[in-house]
This record gives sequence, C-alpha cells and structure tokens, in this order.
Amino acid sequence: MSSTTEREKQAPRPVRRPGDRIFEGLSTSAGILILLTLLGVAIFLTLEGLPGITASADEIGGKTGGKGFFAYVWPLVFGTVWAAVIALLIAVPVAIGVALYISHYAPRRLSATLGYVIDLLAAVPSVVYGLWGLLFLSRELAPFYQWLADNLGFIPFFAGNPSGGVSANSILTASLVLAVMVLPIITAICREIFLQTPRLHEEAALALGATRWEMVRMSVFPYARSGIVSASMLGLGRALGETMAVAMVLSASGIVTFNLIGSTNPSTIAANIALQFPEAFGTFTNVLIATGLVLFVITFAANFAARAIVERRKDFSGAN
Amino acid sequence: MAKSIDVSDLNIYYGDFLAVEGVNITIPAKSVTAFIGPSGCGKSTFLRSLNRMHEVIKGAHVEGKVLVDGTDLYAPDMDPVNVRRLIGMVFQRPNPFPTMSIYDNVLAGQKLNSKKMKKSESDDTVERALRQAGLWAEVKDRLSRPGSGLSGGQQQRLCIARAVAVQPEILLMDEPCSALDPISTSVIEDLIHELKTEYTIVIVTHNMQQAARVSDDTAFFNLAGVGQPGKLVESGRTEKIFSNPDNPATESYIQGRFG
Repeated sequence: MSSTTEREKQAPRPVRRPGDRIFEGLSTSAGILILLTLLGVAIFLTLEGLPGITASADEIGGKTGGKGFFAYVWPLVFGTVWAAVIALLIAVPVAIGVALYISHYAPRRLSATLGYVIDLLAAVPSVVYGLWGLLFLSRELAPFYQWLADNLGFIPFFAGNPSGGVSANSILTASLVLAVMVLPIITAICREIFLQTPRLHEEAALALGATRWEMVRMSVFPYARSGIVSASMLGLGRALGETMAVAMVLSASGIVTFNLIGSTNPSTIAANIALQFPEAFGTFTNVLIATGLVLFVITFAANFAARAIVERRKDFSGAN
Repeated sequence: MAKSIDVSDLNIYYGDFLAVEGVNITIPAKSVTAFIGPSGCGKSTFLRSLNRMHEVIKGAHVEGKVLVDGTDLYAPDMDPVNVRRLIGMVFQRPNPFPTMSIYDNVLAGQKLNSKKMKKSESDDTVERALRQAGLWAEVKDRLSRPGSGLSGGQQQRLCIARAVAVQPEILLMDEPCSALDPISTSVIEDLIHELKTEYTIVIVTHNMQQAARVSDDTAFFNLAGVGQPGKLVESGRTEKIFSNPDNPATESYIQGRFG
C-alpha cells in the first residue's frame, strides 16, 4: 500500500487547462442531471402510485368498475402494447423502404426533398394527428373495414362487432395514426445508418455480381441491423407513450380483445390517464399514477430488450 | 476457363470528363499482367472498367471495346451483373462482409448465383477456395467465426477465396497489398504465382518491385498533366519494360525519377 501512495506522490500532476475543466464539469453535470430527473420521476410515480396499487377495490371506488388495481391495469397494458406493436408492424417496413429509397435509389435532388418532407411529419403536433384520425381517416377507412369483416371475418382480428357492423374508431385506426407518427423517427435513423454503410462492403457485393437489391441485402441490411432495431425501439417508445392522438381516435372500453375493427377496444395507459385524470380524485388518482408507473416500466423493458438484441450479435456487427 | 482480354480504343468517361484515353492492350490468359504508373493516371479506373465496376459511379461510361475471348463486355445486351460474376475482383483494403462468418463469406458469391447447394457441396467449395487462397490451415477450425476477426493479411486472402469460390475467368486485383505488412504481402505474392496457373490475373500496383516480382507482362500508364486524361504509355513483357523500355517516360518512372 505504501508504495502506491509513494508513486502517487511522485507522479507529476497532469496539466489541467481551465477550458477542459469547465467543459468536463458542464458535461458531467448534464449527465447527472438526466439521471436525477429520471430518478425523480421514478420516485414520484412509486410514492404516489403505491397507495393505488395496494388499495382494495372498495377503497378505489366506482371509477374502476369495481376492480382492483391489477384487474384494472391489465387491459390497459394489453391495449398499450397491442396498439404500439401493430403500429410498429405497419411503420417499420414502410420506414425501411422509404429510407432505402432515399439512401440508395432516389436521384440526389429528390432524396433531399423527400427526407425533408419526412422530417416535417415529425413536426406535426399530435393533437393534429388526432383530429385527422378522428375526422378524416376513420371515415375513409370504414368501407375498407367493412370489406375486411365481410371477407376475412373468420380471422379473429377482423371479426367486427357481434352485430355484424364494424367501427372505424377502433384500435386499428389508432395504430395507423400511431404508425404515421412514428414513421419519421424510424425513417430518419434508418436513412442515416443506410448512408453510413461502408462503400467497401457495397463494392464487395457488387464485384461478386450482386444486383442492387442483392447488394442491399448483403451489405446494407446486415450493417444496419442493430440500427434498425434501435430505430424501431425509439418508435416503439413513442408509440407506447403517445397520448392525445389515441385518446381522440379510440373508442375505448376496458376489455381485452384481439379484434382490430370492433367498437369495443382496449384503451392505452397514456390515453386513459389523459381522459380520466380531469375527473379523478382520492385513491383513483393514485391508481392512475400507478398505471403511469407501469407504462414507465414497460418502456424501460422495451429499451433493455433492444439493447440485449443489439448486444447479442456484437461480434458480427461490423463495428469491429 | 481462364480467358484473355482484348481492349481496343477504350475511352473511359466520368460524365463529360475523359479519365482514360485510347487504351489498346491484349492481356494474355493464365498470366499475371501488372498496371503501374503514378497516382491519378487512370490505372485503377481502367482496371475497374474491365468488370464494369467503375459504373458504380453515376455518369461513368466508355467508348471502345473490351473483348473477353471475343465477347464484348459492353455489348448493349450485356448485363454488368453477369460481367462481374465472370470477372472477380479483390480490392485495395480487405473487405470481408463483417456480419458473415468466414464460411459464409467464401460462399457469398455462390449464394448470389442462387444455386441450391448441398451441405457437402458447399463444404467442398469452401475448402477448395480457402486452400487456393492459402488460408485453409489457419481458419479450418473457426469457419463459423466472423471474418472481421482475422488479421489484415488473412482478411485479404479471405477476399481472394471469396473471389475464386465462384471460379471466375479473370481475377482483377486493385492494389491488393497496399494495406498489408511486408510478410502478408509476400504471402499474397506467392499466392498470385500459384493462382495464375488457373486464372488470368490483372493487378494494379504502386510498388514497382512488386510488379517486377509477380507479373509476366507490365503496362505503364501516365498522364500528360493535371486534368489531362490518363494514357497507356507502353506495355510488354515485364523483363523488357523494366530493362529496356521503348518510351523515355517509362524509363524515368521505373528508375524513380517521378511518380
């Protein structure tokens, strides 16, 4: 031990310039601030939510329909994940296609314009998407849903209402609106990553006699895989938490169903909080905050899962 | 299998810019032909025009003819994708596909030809190609590891294995040793000697000693000045070009007076 201290004494102190010190302090405190904020949110949700989680059905009152916390939150969790997953299933293929077109197929001038337009989609406020979904999209989609129910009604997803009709204010419409909303972020990230594909790898594929599409499959997609996963997870995070558009479009009732075009749909956590909070009081407020805590945990889990997927194939990632 | 190349009056353009002008050369089958010359003289561009890889850059086009055993590579109905399947290429820096295992890297070209292969057939192809590239002994126990985990010289030999796995007629090498250490370089040079018994090899090199060591024929490219197109100054047997060139510019380049 003594030798270490001696060495420490002898070692000349590295020169520290004021600029370095200031910048290091600034960036360190910025990093800590983020962690503190996150911690603060987590503490608030836990403290305020706990009474809601532990309360019995009687204590909560009639607002949950006589259910305890877990019976109340389960359909909401299902609806949140279900709507977000459908939105991703629609948005990711489209986003990859658009990003690929911009990065590898479009003439240069067109690709710049297209990228700009896609970025603009991200700037539209979500309440506007909600209005669009409610007043335009759902009306336009109704005949298509009817067709789905008539022709594919034997698939549980497209069963429609028991009475035979369909509802356009359904979870599929909400997911479509969500898909449009998460499209820009996924597209933008995918485009950046596709553009970063090393030219060497693209030429390696072309020199073996790959067509353009084969080149994309051999060199661009493998290189971009972890980026596509990250982009999708960012999109998922946004879809999970999106509030206004879902609250406006979806006709919700607290049930669990895989039916995509019926008039009874599971609500999502965020939309449910937005709709219920203005009239909430007492323990029910705690219940709503606890559902927020659940959403917080789900979003975390999604991000960790994405990290794990990216990490698993690290050797083959192209980063080494 | 190996074929000769006849190039007549070839002009190569990038858009309106004439990059290489008036090349006439015959590259014999089953031999090594080296292209030497100062930077920017168009030797790489010319090499890439031999399998139409220069067309990757928008606006690139050629005038003239490139005949491989009588077939014009630039005939209107010739698909560049098919040209590249017949004429393999090895690049300046090793570029194995990082997401693929060593095994899959070797088979990458085979998969493009979308031939369904039995496992035993693919195993044989991989072993044959890796043996030809002199890499089999070093990697046979870790074929499922990523190709990017190999050393630079091994990666380059993996790229050679990938190119010869599809049994091309011609092998183009664009400064294949410029990113390698001297020992790896000498391994690759020995390899080139062995490969020429089966393939027609064209190699671009900055290193005149390398050209002298590996090639049977040498072509010297030069350009008159900045912005001028590159030209083929002279070509012939390597011994002659290095000992008794016809053109004074060739002599001064070889003696290291410029370039």
